[in-house]
Amino acid sequence: MLNEVSLTALAVVFGMSIVTYSTKAGGFWALSRIKPSDSVREALDALPGGIIIAILIVRLLNGGPIEWAAGIVVVLVAHRTENVLLAMAAGIITLLVIRGGGLGIV
Amino acid sequence: MTQMDKNTVETSSTDKDASTETESEVVEFSRNGIWSGFVTCVPVALGVGAYGLVFGVLAREAGLSVITAVTMSATVLAGAAQLIAVGLWDWPVPVVAVVGTTLVVNLRYLLMGASLRPWFTRLSSRRAYTSLFFLADENWALTIKDLRAGNGRGAFLLGSGLAIWVFWVAATAIGAVAGGRIGDPETYGLDFVLTAIFLSLLVGFWEGRSSLAPWITAAVVAVIVEAVLPGRWYILAGGLAASLAEVVRSAQ
Repeated sequence: MLNEVSLTALAVVFGMSIVTYSTKAGGFWALSRIKPSDSVREALDALPGGIIIAILIVRLLNGGPIEWAAGIVVVLVAHRTENVLLAMAAGIITLLVIRGGGLGIV
Repeated sequence: MTQMDKNTVETSSTDKDASTETESEVVEFSRNGIWSGFVTCVPVALGVGAYGLVFGVLAREAGLSVITAVTMSATVLAGAAQLIAVGLWDWPVPVVAVVGTTLVVNLRYLLMGASLRPWFTRLSSRRAYTSLFFLADENWALTIKDLRAGNGRGAFLLGSGLAIWVFWVAATAIGAVAGGRIGDPETYGLDFVLTAIFLSLLVGFWEGRSSLAPWITAAVVAVIVEAVLPGRWYILAGGLAASLAEVVRSAQ
């Protein structure tokens, strides 16, 4: 049943989807029209690492020793196997085992 | 997407000043690439789906109809922004606050999209811009890894994004209909999924000591900005800080 109220809600959702798509497409759009200089290219190469570090450092600092321990397991398995999903699974299992209280850490 | 035939595009060889190794690669857009992306991303999408359930529940509690909640997941496809939006939701809907916050929370996508430039400029506009709709934190990271590995699968973002989309939208519907009978994702360790993906990807991004300066700069800036500014400005700030540090480092 689409009454006036839910039409307003749908209009807001539409607005959200427009601004979100603008951000998803906008960065690529801007850079696909110009030929980036070498410095811009270096800057772009460093972007993914920087974004990931920013997300991670805040998540890890908001976590605690359990997340840090699980994080170390992820890094070790990723380094050994170069398999993202295996590393992810190992980390989550570690997290659940410790959270389960079996090891009495924390 | 009527035709998913193999279509390879090469850049002009006049690009002599191209400095990165990626410039000479062929990027193709195939059904096979979509499938690889989809399959690789399914385990990750399961974790995303758990949050879709939570989003569906919260959306209903905030007063959104099932149709509105599902439409939002299908058309916005941005988990953090959607969760914050339903947190702000009220009647009458604070339009400017909701849409404005969505924009600010999603500004990081500008940088993520920009980082796809070396490969996506070789796809047709239609393919590039369709794929970009499906950009999310998780599949962006997996896609960058795949592209950097030199597999040349330009359709990987679309495929992995479709996996996220399917689970996110279906889970939203289930959560919205089922209501509060769903447990906390933390019980299953799902809050750790994104951290784990990003940590393992970071291992592959390590390029030796030259990575140290941009990464430390990004970490320090992100922590400071997160303490000072609300929302997710710290992600944008961290990315830009790493870029700046890298430019300064290589100029020395």
